[in-house]
Amino acid sequence: MIDLPFIYDAFVQLCSGIPLTLQLMAVSVASGAVLAIALAAMRLSSWPPLDLLARIYIFIFRGTPLLVQLYLIYYGLSQFPELRKTFLWPFLREAYWCAALALALNTAAYSAEIIRGGVLSVPTGQIEAARAYGMSGFTLIRRIIAPQALRQMLPGYSNEVILMVKSTALASTITMMEVTGLAAKLISATYRPVEIFIAAGAIYLLLNFIVSRLFKQFEYRLSAAQRQPLYRRAAGENA
Amino acid sequence: MGALSAYLDLMGFAEGAWGMDMLKATGVTLCVALSGFAAGAVFGGLSAAASFSSLRALRALADGYTTILRGIPDLLVIYLFYFGSSAVLSQLGALLGSEGFISAPVFLTGALAIGVVSGAYQAEVYRGAVLALSKGEIEAARAYGMPNHLLFRRIILPQATRFAIPGVGNVWQLVLKESALISVVGLIELMRQAQIGAGSTRKPFTFFLTAAVLYLLISFVSGVLFRIAEKRAMRGIRRAL
Repeated sequence: MIDLPFIYDAFVQLCSGIPLTLQLMAVSVASGAVLAIALAAMRLSSWPPLDLLARIYIFIFRGTPLLVQLYLIYYGLSQFPELRKTFLWPFLREAYWCAALALALNTAAYSAEIIRGGVLSVPTGQIEAARAYGMSGFTLIRRIIAPQALRQMLPGYSNEVILMVKSTALASTITMMEVTGLAAKLISATYRPVEIFIAAGAIYLLLNFIVSRLFKQFEYRLSAAQRQPLYRRAAGENA
Repeated sequence: MGALSAYLDLMGFAEGAWGMDMLKATGVTLCVALSGFAAGAVFGGLSAAASFSSLRALRALADGYTTILRGIPDLLVIYLFYFGSSAVLSQLGALLGSEGFISAPVFLTGALAIGVVSGAYQAEVYRGAVLALSKGEIEAARAYGMPNHLLFRRIILPQATRFAIPGVGNVWQLVLKESALISVVGLIELMRQAQIGAGSTRKPFTFFLTAAVLYLLISFVSGVLFRIAEKRAMRGIRRAL
């Protein structure tokens, strides 16, 4: 019933979409992270208008489907002819940059809350102690807050990155030929949806498996303080 | 003010305006999301039950289901359900003598696809809720000689429901946003209706923004409802904070 050689063929063809999927993911995760840090800082700011602004942003981007955001940018902006004269137009007329922008704006909203949670998990006593030592501003963030917040937020953030890998599939709706785009094209060319689904699904599972492994590895490296010392593990003691 | 009245002319409820179409499409979105969510509750419940089974094969099945469906883009699953069932229908049609492509009903396949995906998320929520029960209560019920179905009905279900509410709320928000993806196979829900309007009036920004506001409204209202439900369900619980 299931045609293995065909699945293999489809798998090989779909693999040519992986670079685009990964590129979209990397560009949007990286630029989304920068925006997310700014948003998290706004959420934590003691000046209410900044907090409110970030709240509104997060509410809007988490409360609407990514597809609407994508279409608003890709199709919607063409309603404003004035935009065509600005320096932004060479980017906004490309499906690639529209997809990257929508994904980045979307992930920033989710990541900002993850970052905020990480920062809030740093014990107040430590921050007070650092202040008592005369540390302030950037030094305090670099030495005390950032390392611990990073460790805390990593599991949540890895979920977000996996979501982003899956979300890149939406770029296929605006003509991008990444893995899902290629799969849809293959399905309509061959009418063999099940086999192609298996091939494409395997690619996404593989990508997500690699992403989650990398994050686990990173988490392990960052949590040296929580691990048992080697000599105790060697002696077979329990923590 | 000119912009506002132009907007009202376009999205109002007069003859030739798009307001009624958009509202109807919002209704379709709600229907398809609710059906998908309900189907997901069935799949999720079964999968959560399987994950507590004493049979290893059932546990592995549940584990595979939640891992795979949560690791694959929803769009692919929607394509699979739509094109897969259309392929089956077309073959059946060929047996009966009709020729060509028979399109599967989009509402049904879309709701099912969302159901299968959200079932994987709901399974994890229900599992977590059952695991959050205190062991002592289950042991006590066993000690009283309660058979499994009574234990489930009297002890597990009422408490697990309470713990599951926040997680279920999250899954519902996810389902609502996922339902927009069904527009790619042609179901005229909110997203698709906005595309149609955008196409015939050449005002894509206006239509997609309207759709975005409607989605935001639904998700805001359901967020409020879930918070009320959580508060009600937690009435009897003592908490430190």
